Amino acid sequence: MTMPVQIESETPATGIGAYLSSHMRDYGLLFALIAIMVFFQIVTNGTLMRPVNITNLFLQNSYIIIMALGMLIVIVAGHIDLSVGSVSGFIGAVAAVMMVQLHLPVLVTVVATLALGGAIGAAQGYWVAYWRIPSFIVTLAGMLVFRGASLLVLNGQSVGPFPRSFQILSNGFVPDVMPAAVTKPLAAAVGAFNFNMLAMGIGAVVALATIWMGLRGRARARQYGMEKEPPAFFWVRNLVVLGAFLFLTFKLATFRGLPNVLVTMGILIVVYAFVTENTVLGRRIYALGGNLKAAKLSGIKTSWLTFLAFVNMGVLSALAGLIYAARLNTATPKAGYGLELDVIAAVFIGGASMAGGSGKIVGAVVGAFIMGVMNNGMSIMGIGIDYQQMIKGLVLLAAVIFDVYNKQKQG
Amino acid sequence: MVPILEMRGITKTFPGVRALDEVSFQVMPGEIHALVGENGAGKSTLMKVLSGVYPHGTYEGEILYEGAPVQFSGIHDSEARGIIIIHQELALVPLLSIAENIFLGNEQASHGVVNWHETMSRAQALLKKVGLAEAPGTLVDKIGVGKQQLVEIAKALSKNVKLLILDEPTAALQENDSRKLLDLMLELKAQGVTCILISHKLNEVRYVADTVTVIRDGRTVSSRPARSGLSENDIVRDMVGRDMSQRYPDRDRQAGEVLMEVTGWNVWHPDHADRHVIRDISFDVKAGEVVGIAGLMGSGRTELAMSIFGRSWGRQISGEVKLRGKPADVSRVDRAIDAGMAYVTEDRKALGLILEETVKFNTSLADLEAVASRGVLDDMRDIEVAERYRKALGTRTPSVFQKVGNLSGGNQQKVVLAKWLFTGPEVLLLDEPTRGIDVGAKYEIYTIINELAAEGKGVIMISSEMPELLGMCDRIYVMSEGSFVAELPAAEASQERIMSLIVSE
Repeated sequence: MTMPVQIESETPATGIGAYLSSHMRDYGLLFALIAIMVFFQIVTNGTLMRPVNITNLFLQNSYIIIMALGMLIVIVAGHIDLSVGSVSGFIGAVAAVMMVQLHLPVLVTVVATLALGGAIGAAQGYWVAYWRIPSFIVTLAGMLVFRGASLLVLNGQSVGPFPRSFQILSNGFVPDVMPAAVTKPLAAAVGAFNFNMLAMGIGAVVALATIWMGLRGRARARQYGMEKEPPAFFWVRNLVVLGAFLFLTFKLATFRGLPNVLVTMGILIVVYAFVTENTVLGRRIYALGGNLKAAKLSGIKTSWLTFLAFVNMGVLSALAGLIYAARLNTATPKAGYGLELDVIAAVFIGGASMAGGSGKIVGAVVGAFIMGVMNNGMSIMGIGIDYQQMIKGLVLLAAVIFDVYNKQKQG
Repeated sequence: MVPILEMRGITKTFPGVRALDEVSFQVMPGEIHALVGENGAGKSTLMKVLSGVYPHGTYEGEILYEGAPVQFSGIHDSEARGIIIIHQELALVPLLSIAENIFLGNEQASHGVVNWHETMSRAQALLKKVGLAEAPGTLVDKIGVGKQQLVEIAKALSKNVKLLILDEPTAALQENDSRKLLDLMLELKAQGVTCILISHKLNEVRYVADTVTVIRDGRTVSSRPARSGLSENDIVRDMVGRDMSQRYPDRDRQAGEVLMEVTGWNVWHPDHADRHVIRDISFDVKAGEVVGIAGLMGSGRTELAMSIFGRSWGRQISGEVKLRGKPADVSRVDRAIDAGMAYVTEDRKALGLILEETVKFNTSLADLEAVASRGVLDDMRDIEVAERYRKALGTRTPSVFQKVGNLSGGNQQKVVLAKWLFTGPEVLLLDEPTRGIDVGAKYEIYTIINELAAEGKGVIMISSEMPELLGMCDRIYVMSEGSFVAELPAAEASQERIMSLIVSE
């Protein structure tokens, strides 16, 4: 006996228009960033993309981005962490006391404070994961506790300056491999006082590697008959990315080269993107955020993974706190105030859902850059902090409305 | 007599799909009119057209209500005329009282101040009318689904309903609650309320309906009086477009060695420490055998299955599980899976699937290691697996990259099955495997179950539909109030016998 075949599937969308509208989110975010950069480039008369400012942009936003990586995972898992700003400030304070007052070696300090960050994450994650106390409450408590703890540790005063070997965590640059004899003529040729070959080389390699991986993915997709992206889109997207990489590294190369913190950040972004998208661990985190009970009944250790997400968040908050302190070359009791909001905003602008189960690392990073470029651009323009806050708030709202609108349109 | 409702030539198209094609539908005043059809046949769309969810102008055709053409632009318009729909998913606020729910949006108030005396006394009267013996101040989440359904009806009555539409009202109800609800419908009919009943359960349709209209693929297939010898088979034939005398596929019944054996299983309620939910249950399943567990909802069937499967429910769990004669560690879900067990939940949306994710994502979820090497997923292997099960189970989806939330109930169920088959289980616990899916998809699920048994797996099937158990199982355990009260070979079992065993306890 055979059953009648009912075709319940809708006809797959074809054509470039349909593709674009179904991937509005992905392209929209990238083009929004580019549009914002172009806009500020024009209104700041080219200040935005001067080599020194581009370098600054990376330095200013590195700690936001690093925390956004952890926050994305926490949010995908269906939680939130409000304590990251305070924790990063607290860690900066502890590091300052260890190095400046207790004269402990930098390496010991860094390792110990990262471990402390992990322990703080574990302490909060424990209640969330195993006692099912809402993360909003646990981390709100954490935010208050570590704000107070920073004051306590620092005795209400700023502590600094730090040893040089600690400052380079944030302010250092990767030295060039080429002798000055080679780079000086090049620098003269492009009209800059320096030309860092290493930075340019790494930029080019990363850009080409991105395209190569894109092509490989496409070839594999085609092999399985699941090619989706129209070729025009693929190439436009990749050429934009290639152009952006080369442009930015050229700017960096003509200043002081690759900032150390950019290298740290770049490696972390790649690692976290890989882990979330290509590993069993990542897949399980999306599953538990998407439907906790179903994930649990599929044999996934949901509590343990939730716990790990918070431990990871703690370590990344600690790293961000160290970078922040190193950048200011002093630990202040107010360090980290309100950072959690920037971090959370970056993740939501990047397309993550409050309900958990969706969002991408790349989205969070682009979201953080959108916030960062706006901060930077508006500051250059001399817009007051009052308007800056209001504009940022509206951008966050607009991004989420755009998301919801897209989802509704797709049904 | 003038029909209370006449829908003429209703055509409704969505991009690429013609959901309703020249549908005509006539309801006489004071009758109970059953609207049946497979999932996706267009029943719900038709009712949405009627109630104004799809406003006038978004469809073609004409609606006459009480003899005059009507053009509803929203649900408010149709409710004002006494047309009220009670949806399958109840629209009650759990943490408000019964009375507050009844008058939600229609508060008994003057100048914005609620008159609680009026609210309570009117609610009391309405509850009496629907035969619900609960205080109006009771919170809705404290009463069962069956009673909640009655609250919905009381709510409809408070709005002076003339045409009451019930969409799958008994889908979540157990047998005796269903019966109560159907009797209430007959009573309302006696009071002059016209009812449209959308249902999959043909015995219920035959019990209450005066007229049966069958819709298939967006067209009206037949509309016949139900009281003049219309048989279930007649209806089924209209629904699927061919004779379905054989509702359960055949299988060679050969039981092998004992695969799983559970002895002395006891479970207490996780929140109420004094409630002994599962009492000293022992059973077994052999290779190649389909064993049924019959019992009413609330008898502890799901709790039994979930407590065995990785202690996913309950506390103070005691008892022994043996697989192939050896004690098995099933104390955590991942260990139960490793031991060769799979549990297909009765609630696929809440417990079975990640609805926002794709068919591919869901298929490999319970055994990700098998599509990964050293923790790194191999996307191509993942796709191959999803494709293999899509073909093997005949899941109808545009591709394995489709979100499972967009699939029909039957196809979602196949994805859940695929997920568990991919873990390579020896024993499958299937909890209501055909709930809420249409006749055609049910048959396909039955075929899959038979294939599993033929491969030598042990299948335990929990179901509220007794004909399904009788048609599919080799042996049936009868469960009542947390204990097994009998074990019957299917050949000796009948619906009457099982029911009498359940109620005699």
